[in-house]
Amino acid sequence: MIKNAKELTTLRDHARQSMEIRLDRLVDPSPEKHKIDILVCGVAGCASSGSLKVADAIEEQIKANGLGEEVKVIKTGCFGLCAEGPIMMVCPEHVMYTKVTPEDVAEIFEEHIKGGNVVKRLLAGENEYEEIKDRLPQIPFFSMQKRIALNNCGIIDPENIDEYIALDGYQALAKVLNEYEPDDVIDEIKKSGLRGRGGGGFPTGRKWESSAVVQDHEKYVICNADEGDPGAFMDRSILEGDPHSVIEAMIINGYAVGSHQGYIYVRAEYPVAVQRLNVAIKQAKEYGFLGKNILGKGFDFDLEVRLGAGAFVCGEGSALMTSIEGKRGEPRPKPPRSAEKGLWKKPTVLNNVETYANIPQIIRNGADWFKGIGTEGSKGTKVFALGGKINNIGLVVVPMGTTLREIIYDIGGGIPGGKAFKAAQTGGPSGGCLPADCLDTPIDYDSLTKLGSMMGSGGLIVMDEDTCMVDLARFFLDFTVDESCGKCPPCRIGTKRMHEILVRITEGKGEPEDLDKLEVLAKNIKASALCGLGQSAPNPVLSTMKYFRDEYMAHVVDKKCPAGVCKSMVKFIIDTDVCRNCGICKKNCPTGAISGDKNTPFVIDQDKCVKCGVCMEKCPFKSIYKNA
Amino acid sequence: MSNTCANCADAQVKAQKLDEIVAKYKDTRGALIPVLHEAQEVYGYLPLEVQRVIAEKLNIPLAEVYGVVSFYTQFSIYPKGQYQINVCMGTACYVKGANEVLDKFRTRLSIDVGECTEDGKFSLEACRCIGACGLAPVVTINDEVYGKLTADDVDGILDDYEAR
Amino acid sequence: MNKVNITIDGIKLYVPANYTILEAAKEVSINIPTLCFLKDVNEIGCCRMCLVEVKGSSALQAACVHPVKEGMEVFTHTPKVMEARKVNLELILSNHNASCQTCTRSWMDCELQALANKLSVDMVRFEGENKKLPLDVGVSIVRDPNKCILCRRCVSACKNIQTVGVIDMVNRGFNTQVGSPFGMPLAETPCVNCGQCINYCPVGALHEKDDIDKVWEAIYDPTKHVVVQTAPAVRVALGEDFGMPIGTPVTGKMVTALRMLGVDKVFDTDTGADLTIMEEVAELIDRVRGGGKLPLITSCSPGWIKFCEHNFPEMLDNVSSCKSPQQMFGSILKSYYAEKNDIDPKDVFVVSVMPCTAKKFEAARPEMEVDGIRDVDVVLTTRELGKMIYDIGIDFPDLGDSDFDNPFGNATGAGVIFGATGGVMEAALRTAADLLTGISADNIEYEPVRGLEGIKVATVQAGDLTLRAAVAHGLGNARKLMEKIESGEEEFHFVEIMACPGGCVNGGGQPLQLSDVRSWTDVRAERAKGLYTEDRGTFIRKSHNNPAVKKLYKEYLGMAGGSRAHQLLHTHYEARGNYED
Repeated sequence: MIKNAKELTTLRDHARQSMEIRLDRLVDPSPEKHKIDILVCGVAGCASSGSLKVADAIEEQIKANGLGEEVKVIKTGCFGLCAEGPIMMVCPEHVMYTKVTPEDVAEIFEEHIKGGNVVKRLLAGENEYEEIKDRLPQIPFFSMQKRIALNNCGIIDPENIDEYIALDGYQALAKVLNEYEPDDVIDEIKKSGLRGRGGGGFPTGRKWESSAVVQDHEKYVICNADEGDPGAFMDRSILEGDPHSVIEAMIINGYAVGSHQGYIYVRAEYPVAVQRLNVAIKQAKEYGFLGKNILGKGFDFDLEVRLGAGAFVCGEGSALMTSIEGKRGEPRPKPPRSAEKGLWKKPTVLNNVETYANIPQIIRNGADWFKGIGTEGSKGTKVFALGGKINNIGLVVVPMGTTLREIIYDIGGGIPGGKAFKAAQTGGPSGGCLPADCLDTPIDYDSLTKLGSMMGSGGLIVMDEDTCMVDLARFFLDFTVDESCGKCPPCRIGTKRMHEILVRITEGKGEPEDLDKLEVLAKNIKASALCGLGQSAPNPVLSTMKYFRDEYMAHVVDKKCPAGVCKSMVKFIIDTDVCRNCGICKKNCPTGAISGDKNTPFVIDQDKCVKCGVCMEKCPFKSIYKNA
Repeated sequence: MSNTCANCADAQVKAQKLDEIVAKYKDTRGALIPVLHEAQEVYGYLPLEVQRVIAEKLNIPLAEVYGVVSFYTQFSIYPKGQYQINVCMGTACYVKGANEVLDKFRTRLSIDVGECTEDGKFSLEACRCIGACGLAPVVTINDEVYGKLTADDVDGILDDYEAR
Repeated sequence: MNKVNITIDGIKLYVPANYTILEAAKEVSINIPTLCFLKDVNEIGCCRMCLVEVKGSSALQAACVHPVKEGMEVFTHTPKVMEARKVNLELILSNHNASCQTCTRSWMDCELQALANKLSVDMVRFEGENKKLPLDVGVSIVRDPNKCILCRRCVSACKNIQTVGVIDMVNRGFNTQVGSPFGMPLAETPCVNCGQCINYCPVGALHEKDDIDKVWEAIYDPTKHVVVQTAPAVRVALGEDFGMPIGTPVTGKMVTALRMLGVDKVFDTDTGADLTIMEEVAELIDRVRGGGKLPLITSCSPGWIKFCEHNFPEMLDNVSSCKSPQQMFGSILKSYYAEKNDIDPKDVFVVSVMPCTAKKFEAARPEMEVDGIRDVDVVLTTRELGKMIYDIGIDFPDLGDSDFDNPFGNATGAGVIFGATGGVMEAALRTAADLLTGISADNIEYEPVRGLEGIKVATVQAGDLTLRAAVAHGLGNARKLMEKIESGEEEFHFVEIMACPGGCVNGGGQPLQLSDVRSWTDVRAERAKGLYTEDRGTFIRKSHNNPAVKKLYKEYLGMAGGSRAHQLLHTHYEARGNYED
């Protein structure tokens, strides 16, 4: 139990010693017993590609080599380079190894840990390894990023509160409780210019203020960790890699608005995050950061984790609150705003995970520091989940105002296979697609909205020339229709009708007036759906129609899919000049659509063909091609 | 019934666990969803009997409980079998007779899609394309993949599982 | 009350701060269209029909739930608003089984049809998949989910007002529907058949089970002696089916119309009500004097009876064993009346016209018969009677008045007020006071049990007895009251419970009033007014003074509470499980 700020600082200074070798600012090699820290990413992508087995193998090697005193293995949060997982890092040198298998571990021990030589074949990046110390910052993937949220991820053991404290954890809370009146906290957050990282980008300080001014002894703060956008996993990475940063921020939030109870609403699909949060909450309680009379300053605050149950709409604030209340996660009309009548009709502040993760650092470093990063209207940094047709799939944190080109080509390493960039989708099912023209637009809340998309939670999916934008719009509507709560007709029936039209178009049965219908529906759903999710559901269609109208026209007028994706409009054809009559295609065709033999030319019966593409894949002579 | 009946004993253990779960959340506001999560962990799904107990003990109308269960995709009112049969109904499989294969599973097991056999051994689902068109029609049973099936193969496969 | 300045379509208003935009607009005679909205019942803003533009907000806002605010500027008919309403309505229509020609709502007003007309929807541009769900046909209520437009008014009525909660929103997205648990028929749920859901349904998704054909068949069957009894609440509502003002008493026209339909006799259920009072007061005095179980709870409302059987089975002994007036009267018609008129009871065909859907269930309860002869053969709702009259082309408002047939035509004012909440209590108190004191009291209007307060409590001196009485209407109130009684928090001698809010005048079988009427006019109060006026106009206002009833006891039944009375006029109840097999 930590009773006051002084005790906290003492603990920090002590805990710091055992972490020195992991920190860049290493000045003096500490007299600690162990000399090497091996950090292994133990979350998300790395975990599913086997990082936990790698960690086990390292433990075995430590034992086998009798290095228990010298080498320590720490399961950390995300490093960001998810596609290269499992990732591990050897400190103090900060050598990062990628795609490590348990079989590689013995070699790492033999060569690096014991021999002092880096295992070059496992290094991150393609360039020849030069100088260990400066290695990391040289990779653009890292050098162009600026981590605020995710700052501790990949450095600390998220299940060890001491390591969080060692890196100034809970200092912001101590500062707030000792030096700030609640209003001062709100002023500081307002001054920082921080905006909500979960969707609309509402100014966080103003949000807190509107709840703070309501007189009520019962108020709530909620962390929205119902990350549902397909392809976005930054919240998961923060919760799994640095859960205390969120907890600390929520306590500060509680103090600022006068709330004594918080909830963290997490998707049930994130069991590791839930487990880490529960561990972290337990530790925070043991240390006295949660509970009564926190740090001896007379403020009480408690925290509870609530699980979602598989409903995307619960990411919408009012739906999330109804879900916590134990009901169907349906949004309700606003006003009244949640700040006045939220959870159980009490004043409630709801912030997203990434938003919270920024708070402790804003308090510690001051609003001016934060304000110094980013653009006029959007301050600080933003985490993006890079995905789709891009080389470096993973999590990146960049200052607001970084251009799409920098993110995609410099940090993301460009598009694989030398293909051309076609569009970037941001904002998930609520967002839109940005064409190549927009590559040099500095990204922030306002610029994205202006372009017909939105920041959303930060999913950034890159599409190349092989993507059909009509099909993509259909895919997103698929999702929306599945996930609509069904409360209001525009979303319940409107998105369904839009989906039906898009299916028609992608099946080659579309008519030109279908495009008008889509536009009427989209415009109306945007204007009249009950909640923000419904209102933004047509965005993927509107933005693709805006930037890729010719593709829609090709589908409805020429009945062609230029990208060759929409199966009913695609023909697989055998080029008889190239065909060597080997018969492999015929053998592999699942529907018996291919006829021909040694003497008769091979042809595909288009009526029988189901366009699975197996023939093209199997043909050793590349004699089969797609005709869009 | 006698206490030695394994099924009854199992049912009693589960019922007791359910009671404990409800009791644990008795004073929690908004208890329904946590209770449903834990009840599903015990039973594997949320049948009428379970929902009825929860409704009664939490003093919530059963229709509301059912409304909540049917809203969230993580909750299921159907049991999943020990062996979960997934028949791919993607286009390629469909054209190659997946429907007949599915029908054969239906009649042989006397269950419909989404249901589970009474002994809890098999449950049957029809799924979207699993991208194994070259093997059409495809069926997966837990992690095993069976390709190029005909309706005649179904008996043999099920005999094999029943013998396990 | 704080007030605020707002502007609606350029008109400046100064309105109470707790108004919604919808209410404010009404002040300046702008009727914003609504569909899911029903004041105090369903205020959730989900149908998106009442959308308006509020300056400063990019999305359109639902006027029915959006509060006014100082300086607010509202626009109710911009092109954006008009188009949004229209598209939303088209979307609703695109997933509505619009079989209007054959719909029960076609001759009454269908709110959806009215809206389509109002918004000039001339075609549905967005067609696609339509839901195809099975119908649920019960003894009392029919649900057609394919006509349901998911306004949720029925769910509010069932769950929030009645606390019955057998229907709720189920599934999600396009598959959302109003449904019962596991899709079971309502008959297998603790549904009490009160029909409040029907009263609130804007379309034909909910209606009573239609029994009109059975009545026509009996009328044209020469072997049947068709006797109609009409409940008190019917006479102050039937006119509404023909455009007459709410609560207009049309007793005489109703009798005329029934005769024109070709029935043999038209009697007043009020006689049954008077009988009920005789029996129930006897039971009350017996219990009070004899140390029997108290409080005695009324049993007139079949919705309440089933509710009690499901929810308070351990209190069933408190419920009076008296059959309801319709059953008592049916039983008398098949016995005494048949005997007197030398008709084989098997040929007496009793049709009850009731404001109630639960009466259909009640009449079908297996125990509601004597020696194999059913008390009541068919129950029609007020709406169904209206439909029959309409069907054969009778111009109802123009009809002259007729009197009920004798011997059961001269009922009392006590019987008449049965139709309003507190009426049974008041009628019982009138009789109890006289019987206990042996003096005919002049002061017979018991104000504390009248009116629309959810739970009314009164202490009444009757002779040497000080009776504590309570009245609850609407099952939500009934539940509250019962919980207090069960826990011992409150003690009463006599309790009246009516399933429907307001009592029978607002029964589930009454003429439908559309939401834009219901939201702003208290239908219950208007109809009750009609009943109390008729009470005041009757010559005999106490049940025990009803000459036909007196004669009946003298000639046939013997004592109130006696053995013959018990055989014909009393019944029993059974505890019912909730969703048990």
